Amino acid sequence: MSGVEQKALFDWLCRMGDNCLILGHRVSEWCGHSPVLEEDIALANTALDLIGQTQLWLGLAGEVEGAGRDADRLAYHRDAAQFRNVLLVERPNGDFGNTLMRQFLFDAWHMEMLRALQGSSDARVAEIAAKAAKEVAYHLERSADLVIRLGDGTEESHRRMQKALDLLWPYTGELFMGDAVDQAVAAAGIAPDPASLKAGWTTLVAEVMAEATLTVPTAPFQHKGGKAGRHTEALGFILADMQFLQRAYPGGVW
Amino acid sequence: MDGVVRPDPDTVWHWLSLVPDPEIPVISLTDLGIVRDVAWQDDTLVVTVTPTYSGCPATGVINLDIETALRARGVAKVRLERRLSPPWTTDWISAEGRAKLRAYGIAPPVDGTAADGRLAGRISRLAGTSNLVIACPRCGSAATEKVSQFGSTPCKASYRCTDCLEPFDYFKCI
Ligand SMILES: [Zn+2]
Repeated sequence: MSGVEQKALFDWLCRMGDNCLILGHRVSEWCGHSPVLEEDIALANTALDLIGQTQLWLGLAGEVEGAGRDADRLAYHRDAAQFRNVLLVERPNGDFGNTLMRQFLFDAWHMEMLRALQGSSDARVAEIAAKAAKEVAYHLERSADLVIRLGDGTEESHRRMQKALDLLWPYTGELFMGDAVDQAVAAAGIAPDPASLKAGWTTLVAEVMAEATLTVPTAPFQHKGGKAGRHTEALGFILADMQFLQRAYPGGVW
Repeated sequence: MDGVVRPDPDTVWHWLSLVPDPEIPVISLTDLGIVRDVAWQDDTLVVTVTPTYSGCPATGVINLDIETALRARGVAKVRLERRLSPPWTTDWISAEGRAKLRAYGIAPPVDGTAADGRLAGRISRLAGTSNLVIACPRCGSAATEKVSQFGSTPCKASYRCTDCLEPFDYFKCI
């Protein structure tokens, strides 16, 4: 593998890992605060799956980089500008409906991505994707189910779900925007061109929103920047919380 | 060999079949199907283990339990290796393991029912329903309902029996 490809692969793996890490952290913030016990447990288990996937992606990123950084080092010792997650996953939780809407919009993309990655030219990427896809299939079933039930629920739940969709919609476009990193890994057959995932995602989202009696926004404006390390202020607060212990006591273990 | 124990793999497999899963101690690691290979590499016993779920917190404990069990049998050098591919599936849970799960109050997985993430075209049948009939492990009734897709651990869903009213875990298929 050439040096350029290796750098692109490292960046791309950080994107996969950071999406899982930041969303996993966000979802874990619900632990002990959910509306009912069963949902609290379900959110904690979803977060756990995502953190597990983070270990696989960032573990491989560290291996590819070859600079002695492991998954923990990458998770706890990078600053916001080195994080490569999309802006969608760092959006604040808001209410339970907003959290589930964010989860569904992400899960629908995640499933498409993991399905495509199982044909990756890099066997290490393909096997992580095959493992993660089994877990994400359950995340997607659950988030789609709840978006439908809350959207097509009471007047109040419907209003909140439409508001969540309108708020989060401008953060979905970044999932499908490609750059030089994406071009390099696509050219190497490692990952799909992000734009190629849009049709399947759009179809599923439209179908779920129709069943949920929600209106898909049409405003074209889309935020971007997370994939290149330009984040909203929200990420700094997440990192302050998540990284505190390792920053204060570097290398600390249980 | 100065007294160093070097048992054949079949013996090691038997020993591992006596190591309980840390979260569901009624079944063993081999019942669960997570031990994928046992082999000697020179003087080191290499045990290959596959994780159930990628974030399963029991993974570290399982590795420690394997090492402890083998050392107790006199194996000096043990190395644990992780294998991701092919990914673990509940199809690998043994028949004996399934019977033990049921007796313990956990409904065993129904093979072939794993979520595949292909929702398009079946959305209208998705909301609020489960297409699975999971028999109550306590009374055997098929009148059960899903409470949540995720139960006490990532590998389980929460169900409730509407006949005997017992809540129970279903070991979901992946
Ligand atoms: Zn019953």
